Amino acid sequence: MRYCLLMHYQEGPDVGLTEEDMAPAMAAFQQYADDLSAAGVLIGTEVLESVVATTTVTAHTGTPEIQDGPFADTKEKLGGIFVIDVDNLDEALKWARRNPATGWGWIEIRPVARTYAADRGWYVP
Amino acid sequence: MSRLREDQQAQSLVAELTRNSYGKLLAVLAAPTRDIAAAEDALADAFERALSRWPDDGIPANPEGWLLTVARNRLRDLWKSSGYRMTESLDESDYASTSLDNDISAIPDRRLELMLVCAHPAIAPNIRTPLMLQSVLGVEAAAIATAFAVEPAAMAQRLVRAKKRIRDAGIPFVLPERDDLARRLPAVLEAVYGAYAIDWQLTPQGAPIESLSAEALHLALVLAELLPDDPEVLGLAALICLSEARRPARRTADGAFVPLDEQDPGRWDPALIARGEALLRRAHDRRTPGRFQYEAAIQSAHCARITQGTVDTDALRKLHRALLRVAPSLGAAVASAAIDGEIDGPEAGLRALDAIDDPAVDRFQPAIATRAHLLAEAGRPEEAAEAFRRAIELTADPCVAEYLFWRLR
Repeated sequence: MRYCLLMHYQEGPDVGLTEEDMAPAMAAFQQYADDLSAAGVLIGTEVLESVVATTTVTAHTGTPEIQDGPFADTKEKLGGIFVIDVDNLDEALKWARRNPATGWGWIEIRPVARTYAADRGWYVP
Repeated sequence: MSRLREDQQAQSLVAELTRNSYGKLLAVLAAPTRDIAAAEDALADAFERALSRWPDDGIPANPEGWLLTVARNRLRDLWKSSGYRMTESLDESDYASTSLDNDISAIPDRRLELMLVCAHPAIAPNIRTPLMLQSVLGVEAAAIATAFAVEPAAMAQRLVRAKKRIRDAGIPFVLPERDDLARRLPAVLEAVYGAYAIDWQLTPQGAPIESLSAEALHLALVLAELLPDDPEVLGLAALICLSEARRPARRTADGAFVPLDEQDPGRWDPALIARGEALLRRAHDRRTPGRFQYEAAIQSAHCARITQGTVDTDALRKLHRALLRVAPSLGAAVASAAIDGEIDGPEAGLRALDAIDDPAVDRFQPAIATRAHLLAEAGRPEEAAEAFRRAIELTADPCVAEYLFWRLR
C-alpha cells in the first residue's frame, strides 16, 4: 500500500530556531531518506518552503479568490511529505516513528487512494 | 428421520458452529483483504445456506470447511463484480474456487491476529471491545449497543466506521514479532476486560447483558487458548472465571441484590471456580505477577470461603495493595479502603477513603456506597443516611439501589 507521511510542525523561525540550530535535523533527515531509499520503499519526498511563501487560491464561492498564506492558519504547519510504498499500516508506522520530525512535530500517516501516471491515467497504487 | 428432526439437527449444529467457529472462520476470510464487513456478509450467507441446505443434503462431513468454502466462493463473486476495489493481488491458493467436497480439515486459527486488529493502536479504544465482540464472537450489534447503553443505530455506525478504517488504513492481520506482541497485548487484554467490566457497571438484568459477561469469559478463554503461556492472559481468564462463578448467587430468586459477603457459596459454580483456580495456578507458575493475576487472586481469596468458610482478610489486603501498586485505579483504591475498614475498623476505612487523591472520587458510586457502609458501622447514622442517599442517586442498577434503600431504612 502507498502511504503519505505528512509532517506537521511549528516552523523553525516561529520557535526561534536558526539555520544552524536546524543542522542536526538536516543530518537526521539525510540519514532517514537514505534509509527509506535503501529499503526500497521511498516513492518521493518534498520538504516545503515556509508558509511565509505560500499562496492559496479558491473559487468555492463562485468567484476565484487568491489569498496570501496557508488555507488553515494553525500553529503547526504542513512542512513536508514522504510518499512510501509498504505492505501495511504497521510498516508505515515503523517508518513514521523513525521520522526525525516526530521529535518536534506530528506525522500523519495517510493511505493514498489514487495516483496518476501519464501512461496509466488514474490508478490505485 | 423426519424432516422436522433434520431441520432441528441442522439448526442446533449451525447454532453450535456460530458459537464456536464464527471468529475462526471470519479471521481467515477477512485476513487477506482486511475487509471484515465483506467477510461478515459472506459468512452470514454461508450460515443461511447451511440452514436451508443441510436438512435436505445432509450435514457435510466437515461442516466448518463447508461454511468456509461457501463463504469464500461468495467473496470471490464479490471481488469479480466490477465495483470492488482491489488494492493487492490475492494469493490464488487461498481464494481459488474450492469444491464443496474438498477436505479443508486444517483451518488456520487467526483469531489472535483478528483480536490484535480490533485492539490496534490506530483503532479508538472505545470501539475495540464492541469490535471484538462482534467479529470474534459474532455478537449482534444491537446486543452490544444495549450493553454499552448506546443507541443501536449509533453503535452499528461506529462498528461500520471502524471496519472501514481497518480496511482502508491497511491494518494488517499479522502476528507481530515477540517484542511488538508484548507491547500490543495489553490493549487486547484491556478490550477483553472491557467486555467483563461493562457488565459490572450496568444492570445485569436484561438478556443481552447477561450474555455479554458470558461473552467476556468466552473471549478470555479463547485468548488463553491462543497464548497459553502468557501469565496475564491466564490471569485475566482466571479473573473472569472466578467472578462469573459467583453470578448465580449475586441475586436472590426474586432478583434482589446480594452483596458478596452475604452470598451463599453453595450457589457459586464449583466447576467455574475450579477452572479459574487452575488457570491462576498456571499463571503463577510463570512467576511474573501482573494486574490481572492480582485481580484474579483477589477473586480467588473471596472464593476460598467455599472451602474454608471464611475469607483471609490479611491476604486480601496484601493483594489489594499489590494491585494498587501495579495498576493504580480509583476502583482499586476504594476496594483497598473497604478492606482497611474491615480489618482495622470503620474509622480506619473512612481515613483511607479520605486519603484517596482523585477528584472523581466524589462522583464514584462504589466510593460513596463504601463510605455509607463504613459510616453506618461507625455509629454515625445521619452522615451514613446522607451517603446512602447519594449512593442511590448514582446507582444505575435498580436492584443495587433497592438494596441501598433497604440499608438506609
